[in-house]
Amino acid sequence: MRTVLKVLLVCALVGAGLAWILTRPAALDEGYAAGHQPDVDAGKKVFVAAGCASCHAAPEASGEEKLVLAGGYAFASPYGTFYAPNISPSDAGIGGWSLPEFARAVTQGVSPEGQHYYPAFPYTSYIRMRPQDVSDLHAYMRTLPTSDTPSKAHEIGFPYNIRRTLGGWKLLYLRDDDMLADPLSEELERGRYLVEALAHCAECHTPRDALGGLQRARWMAGAPNPSGKGQIPNITPAKLDWSESDLVYYFESGFTPDYDSVGGSMAAVVTNLSKLTEADRIAIARYLKAIPPAE
Amino acid sequence: MSYGKLLGAGTAVALVIATAGFAGSHAVKSSNATVAARHNQMQMVGYHIGVLGAVAKGEMAYDAAMVEAAAKNLAALATMERATLWAEGTEQGAADLSRAKAEIWQEPDAFAAKFKALEEASLAMVGAADAAAVGAAMGPLGGACKGCHEQFRGPKIE
Repeated sequence: MRTVLKVLLVCALVGAGLAWILTRPAALDEGYAAGHQPDVDAGKKVFVAAGCASCHAAPEASGEEKLVLAGGYAFASPYGTFYAPNISPSDAGIGGWSLPEFARAVTQGVSPEGQHYYPAFPYTSYIRMRPQDVSDLHAYMRTLPTSDTPSKAHEIGFPYNIRRTLGGWKLLYLRDDDMLADPLSEELERGRYLVEALAHCAECHTPRDALGGLQRARWMAGAPNPSGKGQIPNITPAKLDWSESDLVYYFESGFTPDYDSVGGSMAAVVTNLSKLTEADRIAIARYLKAIPPAE
Repeated sequence: MSYGKLLGAGTAVALVIATAGFAGSHAVKSSNATVAARHNQMQMVGYHIGVLGAVAKGEMAYDAAMVEAAAKNLAALATMERATLWAEGTEQGAADLSRAKAEIWQEPDAFAAKFKALEEASLAMVGAADAAAVGAAMGPLGGACKGCHEQFRGPKIE
């Protein structure tokens, strides 16, 4: 009997140790973005395409105030309410973060203190970002105005409030492979990079499973609005029958083919897309035409 | 109680019930009618922006009189009195088919500013001298629509 207990105890310890190792926050590759000279102007373009200000600006901010990344925007979800943190270059935000700290946060979802972030922060998409783009983004964000507004704590219930469990979640869902497979034309590669890495379209347009992971087999097939009201549309060729030029014009102006206008959360996305180059908007439209139809 | 008094009381009760019934149905009809009127206003906005958009995209030949008429009608639609069209109690959830957010009535100044933005963007379109100028003025027009729909229009419920 005592032998059985001993074996069970050893198994439990090994299991706990294994779980501890498996849920450990990942490290960044050594030599990340080595040899790259950060470019602030290029970083601004990454910032716009990645939509950082749409979530991290104060909720009522407009115009130039959108560049004060004070945080505070609330995201309702089945797990509780998440609040966007302050990511301005101040002590209350990300002031003083080194590039490796910043890159680990953005692409791995790990804080400088080694804690997992919740995937309300779309590092699940940003994991595909090129190191030089992350480096440029880091350089640009250091030029933005500061805010001393403290970040608000998330209102998340047990067991989701145990951040270590996110290590297990990441094992299941954090992956850096592309959805639209190679080989692609240069233009489609650009569209894929914009959609899958920077603009993180799938985070809203792809349905999630019971644990909150994206159902990759239903890529961009639409999903219930996490706010609880309405539906985020299916934008695969199965449902989205707009022409390529309709899509490009929508990204530029916010007008649908019948001159209704964009609204809700998508309005901020179009504001960002309208600041990209026409070539980038065309690349996004072609990407959407190229993905598999899903009913 | 005499027969006459009984008849009188009965008539009064019947009248009260009938009036209440009428008022009830009137209120329901009225809020549906308000929402429908608002949708007609928006349909007219969309129609006129569609004329301008067709010119901007080169689908329709530039015609100074048409552009000016569309722009002026848009400005007129933006300045329509809101008391009747945006009557209280007709927000999403309270009135069928409405997508108007309750914030419209909680933040009336911010809501009024959105219509002011549409009016200004429409007036800026008046006198657009060619298709390129129409195209350039479409940006602020789209911005006005988007700015209001971002803050004050609720999600589409299928």
